[in-house]
Amino acid sequence: MERIKTLETRSLCESAKKGGCGECQTSCQSACKTSCGVANQKCENQ
Amino acid sequence: MVHQYQLNGYSIVLDTCSGAIHVVDEVAYDVIALFETRSPDEITAELTEKYAARPDVTEAELRQCIADVQALKDAGKLFTPDTFAPLAGTFKERSGDVVKALCLHVAHTCNLNCAYCFASQGKYNGDRALMSFETGRRALDFLMDHSGSRRNLEVDFFGGEPLMNWDVVKELVAYARGVEEERGKHFRFTLTTNGVLIDDDVIEFANREMDNVVLSLDGRREIHDALRVDYAGNGSYERIVPKFQKLVEARGGKNYYIRGTFTHRNPDFTRDIFHMADDLGFTELSMEPVVCASGESPAGRDPAALTAEDLEVVKEQYEILAKDMLRRKKEGRPITFYHYMLDLENGPCVYKRISGCGSGTEYMAVTPWGDLYPCHQFVGEESCRLGNIWEGVTNTALREEFRACNAYARPECADCWARLYCSGGCAANAFHASGSIRGVYEAGCQLFRKRIECAIMMKAAEADL
Repeated sequence: MERIKTLETRSLCESAKKGGCGECQTSCQSACKTSCGVANQKCENQ
Repeated sequence: MVHQYQLNGYSIVLDTCSGAIHVVDEVAYDVIALFETRSPDEITAELTEKYAARPDVTEAELRQCIADVQALKDAGKLFTPDTFAPLAGTFKERSGDVVKALCLHVAHTCNLNCAYCFASQGKYNGDRALMSFETGRRALDFLMDHSGSRRNLEVDFFGGEPLMNWDVVKELVAYARGVEEERGKHFRFTLTTNGVLIDDDVIEFANREMDNVVLSLDGRREIHDALRVDYAGNGSYERIVPKFQKLVEARGGKNYYIRGTFTHRNPDFTRDIFHMADDLGFTELSMEPVVCASGESPAGRDPAALTAEDLEVVKEQYEILAKDMLRRKKEGRPITFYHYMLDLENGPCVYKRISGCGSGTEYMAVTPWGDLYPCHQFVGEESCRLGNIWEGVTNTALREEFRACNAYARPECADCWARLYCSGGCAANAFHASGSIRGVYEAGCQLFRKRIECAIMMKAAEADL
């Protein structure tokens, strides 16, 4: 596609089928402690 | 839902529910903006007129672009409908009452007297206290007993200032290491410290046992020393910076963060980040907006609180930081900013993205006397006490309230493109801003959205498209 470049991203819809192992880090248990999101957490189920 | 924005010369389109990210030219940007409300003929007519002076934008080109957008929609990468709402909450229901992380408040006291401290100088509006080894050991047992099949358990030694109870920290780590294998667990420890009591013993032990070390430094000396003072009123910068440098150098590449807070005094916080990087040599950086009373009236406003004007400065600063980090990376001397760490290909699954932060269910804070709270920011709020480490969670109604907190729990999030990046945001910030964990801390939302826009722009730039 000449005018559209798509970055490689994990499909969230696909992840709904086999995600949710729960081994990932708890959101706030890291550097921030006051304004965390979830987007920058690592997936432990590679 | 689709979110479109332009930043640093990039036109970016996020497809919220698939997670797809597209970097487009201005023609495709316009086509996507019109796609769901106009017919292909209407889009072609409107954009033919808009781009009349552009010989490269022909009708055929426009129709091809419309076809490309349709193809992305058909492939589930644009205008993806939100089908996740029914899943919200199911992950936490499936997890039962599993706990996998504790914030251990080993010291409700501090050797600094920082005016902006959300923990009221480590006391959390209560008495000064140190956690005993017996209480800490019971907390670790509570965690192992309630962690189900989870292998990785996280424990943060927090305060107050945890180095004021250092011997107990070391004993607790030794206890955990002694039992983790037979229990089928692996502890990941974090130490969060103001640095005043760092010595060679702390450096050796922390660098061996702590998966992460969070070192509190607000940046430039005058900024740091304005608020991070001891009880005599003396700034702490001179005492802690050499210790932080020594610890980081000895750490050999293991995780650490220099973690600062910016306030009304320094909304231009990139100066502090660049000081940490360029003058002090640190590369792993986190700088957070102050959390304190920000009422409209002067009486209800902490002087450190960020004002509405400050927020606009801060948003500009996030852009400055993102552009500067790209420059540094290109020059081969990158720095890390915690909020700009995104792994687009292997990041969290959708269950993580919709389930909320985990406070009050899988994550809890433990006071020196063994009380359980939903997270460190709720400690001292008596109405938010969940129970204790001997009896477990006794305020089950409160736990259910936290369990119900997710990306779909707040009506304000329904039309927000960032909800699968924040998962509904920080329950403590919402509570302190609105009185309810299901409220919204709007200023925090604004800054969060800006950070995500910047982080994704950096990915677009790094992809060398």
